Amino acid sequence: MAQSDMNTSDTTRPDRSARLGGLIRQIPTRVWVVGFFLLLVPSFTGGFVQYQIFGWAFVLGLIALSLMFLGGYGGMVSLVQMTVAAVAGYSVAIFGTSGVSEISMGWPWYVAVIMAIVMGTLFCVATGALAVRTEGIYTIMITLAIASAFFYFTRQNYTVFNGFTGFNRVLPPPVFGIDWRAPTPFYYLSLFCAAAGYFAVLYVSRSPFGLVLQGVRDNPRRMAALGYSVNAHRIAAYAFSGVLASIGGILLVWSNGQISPGTASIGPVIDILVIAVIGGINRPIGAFIGALVYVLLRTYSLDFLEALNLSGERFKLLVGLGFLIIVYWSPDGICGLWERFGPKLKPRSARGREPGREPGREPGREPGREPEGGNDA
Amino acid sequence: MKRYMNRHPLWSLIFVAAGFVLIWLIFAIWPPELIDLIGKKKVFVNALFNGITLGGLYFLVASGFTLIFGLMRNVNLAHGSLYLLGGYIGYEVSDLTGSWVLAFPVAFIAVGLVGMLLQVLVFRHLDGQDLQQTLITIGISIVVADVLLWIWGGDFYQILAPDFLSGPVETFIQTGVKRSSGEPIFLKYPAVRLAILFAATVIGVGMWLILNRTRIGMYVRAGVDDREMLAASGVRVQLIFVCVFGFGAGLAGLAGVVGGTFQSIAPGEDMRFLLSSLVVVIVGGMGSIPGAALGAVLVGLAEQFGSVYMPTYSVVLTFLIMVLVLAFRPKGLMGRG
Repeated sequence: MAQSDMNTSDTTRPDRSARLGGLIRQIPTRVWVVGFFLLLVPSFTGGFVQYQIFGWAFVLGLIALSLMFLGGYGGMVSLVQMTVAAVAGYSVAIFGTSGVSEISMGWPWYVAVIMAIVMGTLFCVATGALAVRTEGIYTIMITLAIASAFFYFTRQNYTVFNGFTGFNRVLPPPVFGIDWRAPTPFYYLSLFCAAAGYFAVLYVSRSPFGLVLQGVRDNPRRMAALGYSVNAHRIAAYAFSGVLASIGGILLVWSNGQISPGTASIGPVIDILVIAVIGGINRPIGAFIGALVYVLLRTYSLDFLEALNLSGERFKLLVGLGFLIIVYWSPDGICGLWERFGPKLKPRSARGREPGREPGREPGREPGREPEGGNDA
Repeated sequence: MKRYMNRHPLWSLIFVAAGFVLIWLIFAIWPPELIDLIGKKKVFVNALFNGITLGGLYFLVASGFTLIFGLMRNVNLAHGSLYLLGGYIGYEVSDLTGSWVLAFPVAFIAVGLVGMLLQVLVFRHLDGQDLQQTLITIGISIVVADVLLWIWGGDFYQILAPDFLSGPVETFIQTGVKRSSGEPIFLKYPAVRLAILFAATVIGVGMWLILNRTRIGMYVRAGVDDREMLAASGVRVQLIFVCVFGFGAGLAGLAGVVGGTFQSIAPGEDMRFLLSSLVVVIVGGMGSIPGAALGAVLVGLAEQFGSVYMPTYSVVLTFLIMVLVLAFRPKGLMGRG
């Protein structure tokens, strides 16, 4: 018996290597179109659009992507992702160079970047280790409490985090002699990181680990009965999302040139959730769509609101109302709207592209857990 | 309690000993060695009292939060916004009529009505969809915060306490002896804070009595345990939901007036109180009123003692309590299971 098992596994091996080629062939045309469009954006837009709109959207999208990974595939809505990004950003400033030379250690940039990713990931894993002890809405509350504790802590601590002012002049290193803060280089840098994160999430979601994670999301008890360690997979998911959020955080601090407690105050922390939900928390692309919508709203709401004779300060109201409408009528965000109305516009629908997802399915809901909920009170 | 003592004799002994040490710390005149070690008695007793009164305020906010969660499984992240709304309404009422006392019922009823509207218009349609409800409350809190900022601006407002509550009162706790005459010095404490502590205790005990001694309380407790069975036995569950949501929201509004009197109200306070309620109910156990009381006092004490004895790390102390509780009792101190 064992012999035949080995034989079958041997014969499947070439299949596996061929799968990558098959995967590339599977990529639909619209992905190529969007990809080429994004590569060509700098040729017909100005620095403002490249840096303030697309660059920012890619960075925020990357952080929201880490939340999407946890929420969409793991069923854990974590509000700590912006804080993870801030931990990485602070680490870049502390280990690398910044305007605050008393604290910054001035290590070479590649060491600082690696340290930042390690620190951010460690923080995310520690948070995850705490948060996986809880379920569903408890996770939101605990991660929100952790995120705010970090915010208040950085505001009070002057020895490591330099208190209220934080760090300024945290600049990207001039690798290859390019100023990476200039609009076009930063555009391509953030585009590269965002695309890498996007495809990494797609790949992981189809890997055995990702499939187990989705199984854990749908029915943790059954997965535990099958012999999978539920908590280990959840914490591993936190680790992966921590890497994504850390990269986003490093880009964020480089694009702003500074980091302070306000970077991860309650507002931005919730904004990441808003972005992921507006775009559609079940799809990796949703994070970037949400981020683009958010950034466009943030940038152009001033003109829009003034056209309605309202003060430009009402931006939050607009975002909040938009968020409410989307959560109420389309739990799947803008991607869900596309799935609902897209097929009517186009005969060949895009339905069923994401493995194992039905439209309208809510993340974070574990049907198998439902009867147990009554004991929580 | 007897059962607890039988089951955990060691812990009971530790708690009793800690209680005696605390009583001694409050009533005895401190020997000089102790003063050298941890500072003046006045500072300690003040921090203790401030912590307990702050805990009273936190309890007012968190009890409504935990009641709503316990019955409806709805994490109302707009609870802080209701607190802030209550504070602004209380300010307007006391400013217009000059009556501080009138501010309480008006804020309670107005915010309670808002809560009922929320339950009827929004949450009833999303029954059983926990995550969506939570996300919607986040959206509501964003919108309400901005509308409040629009109406009242970014200024600080302070609700003035009436004359009979302003100024300190002398308590019976002796903090030291006058060097010159040998007369005892007694602790002076703001009367408003004592009134708030008294009110919070009364409300807490009242809620406990209503929950445990009345028919409505029985319905609510039954709803917490098993909603479907309660509905099946002919109780109008939706009506109870609306009432409880209104009551919980009203408590938040009431707490807003209290907070506006002994602290101040400004944009951002909504998030502060939402977070403190979150920590309180995580520590105390979701859906449990005694748990909310215990958690509120613990968090209040941690904040006050933290800010007195280790100013840089007071937030960390609160956070540490939460982590410890989560690590050893994931459902909270008073949570079941």
